[in-house]
Amino acid sequence: MDVDLLIGILPQVILDGLILGFMYSLIALGYTMVYGVLEFINFAHSEIFVAGAFVGVEILLGLKGAGVLDRVPWPIVLLLVLLAGMAASALLAVTVERVAYRPLRNAPRLIPLISAIGVSFFLQDFIRFIESIWRNAFNLVYPTIDVLNYRFELTQSLDVSVKSLVVIASALLMLWALHALVNRTKVGAAIRAVAEDQTAASLMGINVNRMISLTFLIGGAMGGAAGVMFGIQYGLINPYTGFIPGLKAFTAAVLGGIGNIRGAMAGGLVLGLLEAFAASYLSLLTGGAFGAEYKDIFAFSVLILILIFRPRGLLGEVVRERA
Amino acid sequence: MIVRVLLAVGLLLLSAVGVATFPRSVLVFLLFQASVLVIYFAGLPTRIRWALMGAALLVVMPILGSYNSYYLEVGTQVGIFVALALGLNIVVGLAGLLDLGYVAFYAVGAYCWAIFGSPQANELFGHGFPLAPAWFFAFLFVGLVVAAMAGVLLGLPVLRLRGDYLAIVTLGFGEVIRVLANNLDKPWNITNGPIGITPIGRPPVPLGLGYGRYFYLLVLFIVLVVILVNRRLENSHIGRAWEAIREDEVAAQAMGVPLVRMKLMAFACGASFAGVMGVVFAAKQVFINPESFTFLESIGVLSMVILGGMGSIPGAVLGATVVTVLNLQVLKGFSLWLNELKNAGVTVLGYNLAHLPTQLEPAKYERMIFGIILVLMMIFRPQGILPAKRRQRELAHAPPVAEVPEEAK
Repeated sequence: MDVDLLIGILPQVILDGLILGFMYSLIALGYTMVYGVLEFINFAHSEIFVAGAFVGVEILLGLKGAGVLDRVPWPIVLLLVLLAGMAASALLAVTVERVAYRPLRNAPRLIPLISAIGVSFFLQDFIRFIESIWRNAFNLVYPTIDVLNYRFELTQSLDVSVKSLVVIASALLMLWALHALVNRTKVGAAIRAVAEDQTAASLMGINVNRMISLTFLIGGAMGGAAGVMFGIQYGLINPYTGFIPGLKAFTAAVLGGIGNIRGAMAGGLVLGLLEAFAASYLSLLTGGAFGAEYKDIFAFSVLILILIFRPRGLLGEVVRERA
Repeated sequence: MIVRVLLAVGLLLLSAVGVATFPRSVLVFLLFQASVLVIYFAGLPTRIRWALMGAALLVVMPILGSYNSYYLEVGTQVGIFVALALGLNIVVGLAGLLDLGYVAFYAVGAYCWAIFGSPQANELFGHGFPLAPAWFFAFLFVGLVVAAMAGVLLGLPVLRLRGDYLAIVTLGFGEVIRVLANNLDKPWNITNGPIGITPIGRPPVPLGLGYGRYFYLLVLFIVLVVILVNRRLENSHIGRAWEAIREDEVAAQAMGVPLVRMKLMAFACGASFAGVMGVVFAAKQVFINPESFTFLESIGVLSMVILGGMGSIPGAVLGATVVTVLNLQVLKGFSLWLNELKNAGVTVLGYNLAHLPTQLEPAKYERMIFGIILVLMMIFRPQGILPAKRRQRELAHAPPVAEVPEEAK
């Protein structure tokens, strides 16, 4: 085993892990906020994430088609794409809640979960349907912006591209903004109150339904931003792209303690790092017997182990089980 | 009553003659399927009903198969999914444990026979494979036992989890099995990776029957056994214990229901049906690869159970039939029809269909079907099309507040 090689690639692995981790964090927020308020797994969140990615690619392709993609300064393009992706995903999330979850608010816990799975499947093919009609293709590639692909060579074995920096910076900014919103504003306090006790919150004059919609709105916006970043970072998207990242982001949310916003951020980073390590080192450490293709199994195993041995996650509080 | 019997027989014969006359028409075949349904629901005396159903499925179907062999394939697929839906119905419907990775057990059964019924096992044990075709029957039991063991294996660690967490863990388990099947071509070549295994041996067939008809009858027989087992289970103390767990775990435990054993048994029973059908599937297809065992399949089976009604045996049968026929025939038929219109350049509402995008392919939208079924059923009829009888009685006497069924809590 080549120890020098193992150490040599470490900085790059950590960097890749962080990028992945921030993306998971952003998606995980959507799962964790909804779980915090409604105690149910919004299975369709992975498609809300993908919807953001598709809106992003449509805008970029539209700009490219109009021939203005290279003429508009890239920060403006990025901002436009991010905002559009966030808006679309947020709107979609709120709509889904209204149509498919709200009628089931008082049903047993598994009923809305099954409905959410249905929404997830429906949206996958719906996106495919729209894109098939619109572009006659549903595997889309993000147009490249040259500046974003520029790589700074930090050391011989570590380089970082502009787009990675953009992803990290915007993720940090959004996580900070969310944190401030939830903890420092009146609306944030209202959301927390609804998560704590819906009846009591409504007795205090909080419009519970509006707060639940708002939760979906915020979670959806974060998911949409993650979708756009995913597209910019990895390039290729299709309507079914969301499933695996969605499942992993859920794992991140559970890892951090579901319902806990800081936990989701931490869980995302931990999972991203773990996965990057698994992807790069598994093959090296086992002499090629088990390669990077096991990184998915690795993430699922983390999920299963956490759920079995520490269901409240790393940062979660002990929740009394409902009888 | 005699009028009803005559009408039912008439409809059956008429549609059968129709299929024989127009062997390519999907609509006529749907009519034939509907006639079988009519026989079931016509309120005939039990004996006549079963005799007619038996005649339709055992005699008329194989004959129709000689006009269009694809119909036998459809029948076989329906049978396979009926067994899967009945298996999942035990776990989800009776015991109330939402299993999103059910297809994993199907995969386990399929790979059992695929590995030993093909030269693949030579990679592991040197020589002597594939096993003789007659071993297929032994492997029906091997598949059953191995899948049941996999069920227990999955069940043991996850039993402490409740509801939605259990669902996600089973989903993860299903994916793990698929990824393993996809990657276990090294360091030891067990599953041959994404390329899959072929050729898989088929059981010896009596002379003149043909594989299509043989598999149809075999699947029909297995389905019959599965239905019988299911009915016996439902009315046994085990089935009642499952339903007690579904309704209220704490109360069930207080009444002396051994939770762990009963939940494990539910997982094992559900898994074993899938294991048997996996063996049949591998032999029928001659070729399997991990792509046949995706999350999509698990949700497909789930939507069958939900559509029919959780915990209801006729419901699971009906749900599996409707969803499979929708996928195999209605979607595909619609796709073909659309293509014909497209090639003919027909204009609808001023829009020339020849301009339709080539990527549209309505046949590929099974996810949309599953999704719509799941959402609509949950919102408008969570008890399913044919709700379980016991549940129906319960709801009839329940106070009006409890209108939302408390299943799957």
